Amino acid sequence: MGLRGDAAVVGFAEYKHERKYSGPRKFTIEQWADLAQMALADAGLEASDINGIVCSDIRESGMFMPATIAEYLGQPVNFAERVDLGGANAVGMIWRAAAAIELGVCDVVVCALPARPIPSNPQPQPVNPMRYFGASSMNWGSPQAEFEVPYGNLAQNCGYAMIAQRYAADYGYDAAAMAKLVVDQRRSAALNPNAAFYGQPIEIEDVLGSKLIADPLRMLEIVMPVAGGGAVVVASREIAAKCSRRPVFVTGFGEHLTIKTPTYAEDACFTPVGPASQQAFEMAGVTPGNVDAAQIYDCYTITVLLTLEDAGFCDKGEGMQFITEHDLTFSGDFPMNTHGGQLGMGQAGAAGGMTQTIEAVRQIMGRAAERQLGTCDTVYISGTGGVMSEQSALLLQGG
Amino acid sequence: MDNDFAKPLPRPTPTSQPFWDGLAANKIMIQHCLDCATWVFYPRSRCSSCLSDNLEWREVTGDAVLYTFTLTRQPTAPHFADEVPQKLAVVELAEGVRMTSTLVNIDEADVRVGIKLKPVFAKRDGVTLLLFEPI
Repeated sequence: MGLRGDAAVVGFAEYKHERKYSGPRKFTIEQWADLAQMALADAGLEASDINGIVCSDIRESGMFMPATIAEYLGQPVNFAERVDLGGANAVGMIWRAAAAIELGVCDVVVCALPARPIPSNPQPQPVNPMRYFGASSMNWGSPQAEFEVPYGNLAQNCGYAMIAQRYAADYGYDAAAMAKLVVDQRRSAALNPNAAFYGQPIEIEDVLGSKLIADPLRMLEIVMPVAGGGAVVVASREIAAKCSRRPVFVTGFGEHLTIKTPTYAEDACFTPVGPASQQAFEMAGVTPGNVDAAQIYDCYTITVLLTLEDAGFCDKGEGMQFITEHDLTFSGDFPMNTHGGQLGMGQAGAAGGMTQTIEAVRQIMGRAAERQLGTCDTVYISGTGGVMSEQSALLLQGG
Repeated sequence: MDNDFAKPLPRPTPTSQPFWDGLAANKIMIQHCLDCATWVFYPRSRCSSCLSDNLEWREVTGDAVLYTFTLTRQPTAPHFADEVPQKLAVVELAEGVRMTSTLVNIDEADVRVGIKLKPVFAKRDGVTLLLFEPI
């Protein structure tokens, strides 16, 4: 079962992540075209080489999104997917692209997640109640609308906080360890010009002194919304051989979905990234002990803690100790989120996970500048959508 | 508050109506699968374990423990500003099913995972919410 490892990431593009974006405003579909062009150019490929696309939502269209994008780019495609996995989008897009390439239906696939603000509409539209309440649905018959929203179980903070609270009851909780995780990532972000917190390292006291949002989560343990986005080009081994960059082969993946709302999780402290990661490691023939870096989806500190444990980097209940005992910066003994993670980059909506995949590619290609690892051939990446309800894992390896 | 949205309340469906009717009569009705003996929550047209549609509504006591919680320091939506800190809870009934709820009649300092809870039937505009308080 699985990939042969014959598809590779050959190029990428990443917008600078900015808290206040002041550049020219473009529609999502225009940003898609910009990112596609930049990623193709990075790989040394042409627009006419595209024969597959993987997208997520675009703001200008409610359906038929892949066809709309193919038409806009002017490129016919043999493979088109719209992925709806929230923060697991980037990983989900890349393995789907690799699978389609290995099936032989296409050989150059663009996966893009633009997330800059679009132009202000001169004719203001009515506010969508779903967006207003931060819910996934306010439709009649939706389980969330009926059994979550009326109790105020809305957006993401409270769900992650409740998972953290249960973890604390089952395994104990060390707020200073969670703060150190943020501090290590911010040290890496401080050297990443694309990060919203470029040049802004912090100390443990800053995290512990930041505002409590939903017990036990504090402001600096929660991603800051930013403008950003990114894209990668996935290509066949034959195309990759002609590209200018070191090919970054997709050798393992896993994806696992269980619930929408963690209230209904069998055990809130065992997350879907466990089975997803196990599959990815087995497929690639890699173990957690022999990766050169881990780029772990980090919408909240608790997400990283549970992923470290469930993916097998340490045992259940030992994540806090693992964080305390290891230097997680780019120069440390367990390099993790070497771009600063989303806690350091800022989170550009559902494009956030793209920063983790791009940093993995950047490190393997040897293009991480001041943050470059000495040896980087194998990187683990995770993606998390919803409230640890839909998760994915990826193994990338340099050719 | 400058928006047109009312505080969100549940809208019963043909499938869930017996649950909400039960709450209106101060009863907790939960579905039980007659084929595999699974308790099912939230209400569904088929069993969440075996997909059988052989489900029976049964009244349960509402005895529960607190599975987890958070205290919100800023409202999860503007309409909940008057409840801050919201005592959001995942509650586990004696039958094993879990549900999202809110704790009432309890001090912040007393909210801990594992405390015993009993139901509170909170009448709202045309619907009854199921809240919980400590025993």
